[in-house]
Amino acid sequence: MAQQIQMLALSPTMEKGVITKWLKKTGDKISEGEVICEVETDKATMEYECPEEGTLLKIVVEEGGEAAVGEVIAMVGEEGEDVSSQDKKPEQEPQAGSEEQPSEEEAKEDSEKPEKKENTGSEEGKQESPEPKKKTEQKKQKPKDENIKNKVKSTPLARKLAKQHGLELSSISGTGPAGRVVVRDVEQAIKKDSKPEKKEADPRALRETAGLQDEEVPVSSMRKAIAGRLSESKFSAPHYYLKVDVNTSELIVTREKLKLDSSKKISFNSFLIKLAAEAIKHHPVVNSSWAESKIVRHGSVDVGLAVAVKDGLITPVVRNCGSKGIMEIESELAGLIELAGNGGLKKEQYEGNTFTISNLGSYGIDEFTAIINPPASAILAVGRITDKPVIDAAGNITAGPMMSLTLSCDHRVIDGAAGAAFLSDLKRFIEEPISAFY
Amino acid sequence: MPKIAFREALRQAMDEEMQRDENVLLMGEEVAQYNGAYKVSRGLWDKYGDKRVIDTPITEEGFTGIGIGAAMAGLRPIVEWMTFNFSIQALDQIINNAAKMRYMSGGQFSLPIVFRGPNGPAEWLSCQHSQAIASIYAHVPGLKVVSPCTPYDAKGLLKTAIRDDNPVIFMEAELLYGLEGEVPEDEYLIGFGEADIKRSGEDLTIISFGKVVHMALKAAKALEQDDIDAEVIDLRSIKPLDEDTIVKSVSKTGRCIVVDESWPFASVGSHVAWLVGNRCFDMLDAPVELVSSEDIPMPYEHTLELAAQPTQDKIFSAVEKVLYLN
Repeated sequence: MAQQIQMLALSPTMEKGVITKWLKKTGDKISEGEVICEVETDKATMEYECPEEGTLLKIVVEEGGEAAVGEVIAMVGEEGEDVSSQDKKPEQEPQAGSEEQPSEEEAKEDSEKPEKKENTGSEEGKQESPEPKKKTEQKKQKPKDENIKNKVKSTPLARKLAKQHGLELSSISGTGPAGRVVVRDVEQAIKKDSKPEKKEADPRALRETAGLQDEEVPVSSMRKAIAGRLSESKFSAPHYYLKVDVNTSELIVTREKLKLDSSKKISFNSFLIKLAAEAIKHHPVVNSSWAESKIVRHGSVDVGLAVAVKDGLITPVVRNCGSKGIMEIESELAGLIELAGNGGLKKEQYEGNTFTISNLGSYGIDEFTAIINPPASAILAVGRITDKPVIDAAGNITAGPMMSLTLSCDHRVIDGAAGAAFLSDLKRFIEEPISAFY
Repeated sequence: MPKIAFREALRQAMDEEMQRDENVLLMGEEVAQYNGAYKVSRGLWDKYGDKRVIDTPITEEGFTGIGIGAAMAGLRPIVEWMTFNFSIQALDQIINNAAKMRYMSGGQFSLPIVFRGPNGPAEWLSCQHSQAIASIYAHVPGLKVVSPCTPYDAKGLLKTAIRDDNPVIFMEAELLYGLEGEVPEDEYLIGFGEADIKRSGEDLTIISFGKVVHMALKAAKALEQDDIDAEVIDLRSIKPLDEDTIVKSVSKTGRCIVVDESWPFASVGSHVAWLVGNRCFDMLDAPVELVSSEDIPMPYEHTLELAAQPTQDKIFSAVEKVLYLN
């Protein structure tokens, strides 16, 4: 088979050479070590000794042409061989460093990318180099260590220990310099983890068990996000609040019925999401976002539910609740809450809500006001259901399961009357669920 | 076991080896009639005479070269430098001849020679006479470098050095010559490349060699009060280096401080710190700390002279760093 004759490094510093003269022509027989051409290098004009023997089948770089070290300058082989398809540059040849460098740079850029992404929130695609090579594409697809991705400072031994115990470093607060997670932090987390205090429904599980002490707690990336988003919201969106008390007796009955019919327990939050979405259909202004020069009305009701997680808060979003049944909402919500609990929510699963619900009823809170979670323009704060005196149509005082709802609205988008109309409909839907279908 | 001084342990080693092998000889400034500048060779001239215990002129390059030639010719010289500061005069002989002759002759010549003397700062000696230069010799392929810190190690290692067919740099310390310690009467040898765990502990590893091992041990003792259990490794032999003992210890403790009385840049200490970072990477819970002399010529003024060297306080603050105590 024909051999490629490549430009060789004729001096230690040579990167390319100019072929000043061919001493052989196509068809000539060549023995190994025979001079076939003269090459002008960075230092001098040198004789090129052919490393192969055979017949010169093709001259690839003509007299006066330039070739980098490693580039094919000629083909040598058996007389009469067809070499038309073989004179390309060898792909895997370990030639001049200049060929390798770009990919190294790309790899470097690649490893820096997560950090940039975190800081600027820019889209992944933007930082791709215009023409990624196959080799580097492969590198990019490699799954990255989550801990490196999230830039948790930690010692190698702490990482090893955390891995052994299946702990996420991002869930451990570091006490080393600049929040570095060190072995004692992991040991502390292991201790906490093994304590049998993990009853899921018990809100007290979120309470700190350790005693009080002076300490500086490093700000996690989640805490930063919460701080940034909510300050921005509270300081730029003029909030006002609307409060109603809602009788939930009918809703409780409906929920029990559905439970009997479907032998599935549907969470109260799923009902709230569904009924809020139905009310929003009548009041699209509530499902809008302020975008400085315009107000964006959203065609899909995407309801976020605030979920408390360890050391923070996240708002998984159920999409398009207006056209989904309650069962579908319930199963989606359950999946999202589980993901939220183990830190597995993807960006697209917690961003872009058009309405938000925050429910602190399970903590025994009667009523509260919430900060709007952008890009939504309203958030519904839900208190606990508790028996309160109700005056019925006949003027009798009875006990009824009452719940307080407080709607926070962005006045730039939703005026008082519009917010009130929405809340009033929502109240009606909750008190008479059947009315939601009118 | 009898307790003897460090200098006596060295004398016994030379005496025993000279008795065992008539090719062994001692040469250097004042080693014969004056019994040595630090009295390490006391009595040897009386016992072995002019031919085997030789006073040389004050020409380090000259007598070091003569020693190397004698070794090539089949003798087993011990060359004493009054201090390692003066060995700098003879660097060309050591680096270009002693270290390379075996290699360049394709093994036709062996170099059974020991270069010994005090290394490192003593007191009130200023810059030119207060230098710890182990790294200069450890840097050169072809040389073995050892640095004992107890009479026991000194005797066992010096006997091994004299019997070795390669050039051995044997570093003592002026301030250790009077140090007493137990040394058995029966003959024993200590092999090169065997570090000694001078104190075992669980919380951190302090690696050192030579005189400052004692400072590390003192610091470790003081740390007991704070319930900190430090392991102290005495390298004894710098080249060859006992990597396994180091790796085993740091793998156990997860934290490491290297104490070297030399300057910090490109030193034995910085090399060992690199080695630990490299071989124990996954086992480390803190960056390796290096406690060394400051990167300056030695001041003459005594307070500054002490402050320029490793101190117990410097070791304590390194301990605080690797244990995250602040």
